[in-house]
Amino acid sequence: MSKLDSKIPEGSIEQKWSKYKSSVALVNPANKRSLEIIVVGSGLAGSSAAASLAEMGYKVKVFCFQDSPRRAHSIAAQGGINAAKNYQNDGDSTYRLFYDTIKGGDYRAREGNVHRLAEVSASIIDQCVAQGVPLAREYGGMLSNRSFGGTQVQRTFYAAGQTGQQLLLGAYSALERQIGLGAVEMYSRHEMLEVVTIEGKARGIIARDLITGKLERHFGHAVLLCTGGYGNVFYLSTNAMGSNVTAAWKAHKKGAFFGNPCYTQIHPTCIPVSGDHQSKLTLMSESLRNDGRIWVPKKQGDTRKPNEIPEEERDYYLERRYPAFGNLVPRDVASRAAKERCDAGYGVGASKMAVYLDYKAAIDRYGKTKAKTLGVDNPTPAQLREFGKQVVEEKYGNLFEMYEQITGENPYEVPMRIYPAVHYTMGGLWVDYNLMTTVPGMYALGEANFSDHGANRLGASALMQGLADGYFVIPYTIGAYLANEIRTKAIPTDHEAFVTAEKEVQSQIDKFFAIKGTKSVDHFHKRLGKIMWDKCGMARNEKGLKEAIQEIRALREEFWKDVRVTGEANEFNPELEKAGRVADFIELGELMCIDALNRNESCGGHFREEFQTEEGEANRDDVNYQYVAAWENKGNNSWELHKEELKFEAIKIAARSYK
Amino acid sequence: MSGNMKITLKVWRQRNTKTNGQLVTYQLNDISPDMSFLEMFDVLNEQLITKGEDPVAFDHDCREGICGMCSMFINGRPHGPKSKVTTCQLHMRSFKDGDTIVVEPWRAAAFPVIKDLTVDRTAFDRIIAKGGYISVNTGNAQDANNLPIPKPDADKSFEAAACIGCGACVATCKNSSAMLFVSAKISQLALLPQGQVERVARAKNMVAQMDAEGFGNCTNTGACEIECPKGISLENIARMNREFYVANLKE
Repeated sequence: MSKLDSKIPEGSIEQKWSKYKSSVALVNPANKRSLEIIVVGSGLAGSSAAASLAEMGYKVKVFCFQDSPRRAHSIAAQGGINAAKNYQNDGDSTYRLFYDTIKGGDYRAREGNVHRLAEVSASIIDQCVAQGVPLAREYGGMLSNRSFGGTQVQRTFYAAGQTGQQLLLGAYSALERQIGLGAVEMYSRHEMLEVVTIEGKARGIIARDLITGKLERHFGHAVLLCTGGYGNVFYLSTNAMGSNVTAAWKAHKKGAFFGNPCYTQIHPTCIPVSGDHQSKLTLMSESLRNDGRIWVPKKQGDTRKPNEIPEEERDYYLERRYPAFGNLVPRDVASRAAKERCDAGYGVGASKMAVYLDYKAAIDRYGKTKAKTLGVDNPTPAQLREFGKQVVEEKYGNLFEMYEQITGENPYEVPMRIYPAVHYTMGGLWVDYNLMTTVPGMYALGEANFSDHGANRLGASALMQGLADGYFVIPYTIGAYLANEIRTKAIPTDHEAFVTAEKEVQSQIDKFFAIKGTKSVDHFHKRLGKIMWDKCGMARNEKGLKEAIQEIRALREEFWKDVRVTGEANEFNPELEKAGRVADFIELGELMCIDALNRNESCGGHFREEFQTEEGEANRDDVNYQYVAAWENKGNNSWELHKEELKFEAIKIAARSYK
Repeated sequence: MSGNMKITLKVWRQRNTKTNGQLVTYQLNDISPDMSFLEMFDVLNEQLITKGEDPVAFDHDCREGICGMCSMFINGRPHGPKSKVTTCQLHMRSFKDGDTIVVEPWRAAAFPVIKDLTVDRTAFDRIIAKGGYISVNTGNAQDANNLPIPKPDADKSFEAAACIGCGACVATCKNSSAMLFVSAKISQLALLPQGQVERVARAKNMVAQMDAEGFGNCTNTGACEIECPKGISLENIARMNREFYVANLKE
């Protein structure tokens, strides 16, 4: 039977978390002072966890590869953060947020974790506002909300199109406060390259100082990986250039199971690829689907300019196929629908791999409202347009600017061209209810774990989960482990486990320089990305996945024979950093394909072409695949599958429909 | 390759903090106008690696104008010729075929060069650690809507909070002053009711750290506001000066 114990507390879904909180072991303040915690990653999950744990009295060390914790890629989240506040009096509740998230995840997430997430969501907003995060407000001074995909209530809080930035700066300021107080030691421009385990427990890490190249040993009673997702396995994604899987992958190789690696989120609204030189893709926030309408021409291969195509010759295909949710269907559904139209020959733009996101109707509508508010009777069409543009600019200005910078086109005048792109990974390190991986003492928070979003994440839920894990979950759950560690003295880093781990890291670095091959790291990364996108992307099939596995194995061999890493080990060397990350991505890529091949069903972001309904919707198989696939690394690129059965007690499992 | 622009680059190369640097000239052909400025550097680095030379080290991460990591001084202007744009969002269509472009790192005593175009900006973090926050421990907060905040105040606070901490303001200032950066944080918090309790200490401590880091003073040239990719207003510096003055009076 399964080795996996999810440790979900007993009791009804509404009581699990409150009962757990009042019964979990505590660590007294004097003991906290001698317990050391390592936090890797400084995004929403890492910064909020580090600050909260330091406030409680633990000794905390934080590591990030950027020059400042404020740069973590949470900063780029645009649209918003969900919370079940019901400020809009539109019938929202903890249960509805819980239900929407489970359904949005296509019934592949754990009920207990998701309900807890919904419960703490409201406190996140309170905490952030108290920190001085300037969320958007109405004229009465109250907080404003907008809609996001997969829901029929307005529960998304936001700060223009920069919500992630504002929330991260809030968590960052809490972290900096603890640094200033001496409660947190900050190690920026440091990359974690190995986990140190002693007698099966995580006891520290090996990190490389990216400026001097020196390897360092750090002890911790517990290690928290808050290192984000692995979308860059596809090379092109909306992730930052430095986003990587290395910390999670090293943990995986030291015994942490990897959960549902094939669940990746392809975001429907990104700026399309413009050429071979492309280094990353830029997201256009989902919030734009609040007001924008998505369409393609009704005629195949229509070459007219968008503004020349009359209304009746446009196909608003999301509104047509999904009248109940329209343009606000969840991301996986919207992405597949765009791909379907483009594959069928209705795509637009030079590459024909794009659809329109049109703001004309919204500009007209807002123009009329604003004219009324201003008391302008009989406004001219030009006035109406101007008013409308002003409202749209206030709501989405930075996004429109960004679009214009990248494409050279003015989205206030012509519809934006968009296409799906890799954005988020629902899979990640398997964790139990305490957020602990299968290695005792090692935790995974935020996007780095697999736990809350099932097979598809709803918009504005990543910020919620990152901050929930950091502010309100780990401060309680870590006690369950650390209460038994109060007698463990800090282990000196000349312990043989540290020495061996450092040697392993050093030997990999030496190996890179010894290859002296002919091709750059990026060359291999791009080839990996192409295999993954073509065969393990928006649509997958058995034949393609089997081919992909062979191709990735061949690529791995070639990489280790022919990669060229310039420079030296003992200096600031971004090429060396990239080499380590790409080596790990190649191994992960194979596991993703194996997982996708194993899952003979379609669910959420995982769409297997063999398993679809006649209407082209995902065909889930609850009899055979209602489980979390947790993969154990057996060395030499082989894995063993463990299954965690998913039980649905509070929610009646059903076909997922947005029609 | 997808384009045909020819570009001559003069790039600052410097091995590390301790060595001297110099401008080195590189020739690039086949540059596409749709490339971002950093993608042009990707092309350059790919060429250098193929030749077995050391690629140019430069800071970059999100490549969508929000993380604040990219930091190139292009033809004498931080983030290049366009206003309200970071280096990563600058595209080659802003240049002409045949152009020569000079690229240097941020230059300021408080931002030592680490390598080539990469500088050390941790001074900014140390300033924030001295008071760029509201001291509220996790779990202390009241319901968010118990504290109505007038929309104009919230909007102004947000405008100041939009600072990405890139350091362009320091790089462009002839005094290497960090006042636009520091004042943006002080303003964000001074404009909100939550920020009132620590207002006096915040202004004093952050300004003291700013001075200790070796940033220069402000002589109101206004270059920072012009070069700020996020349009942070000079008005914030006036507000910070007022905060600092009042803080000293209250002592």
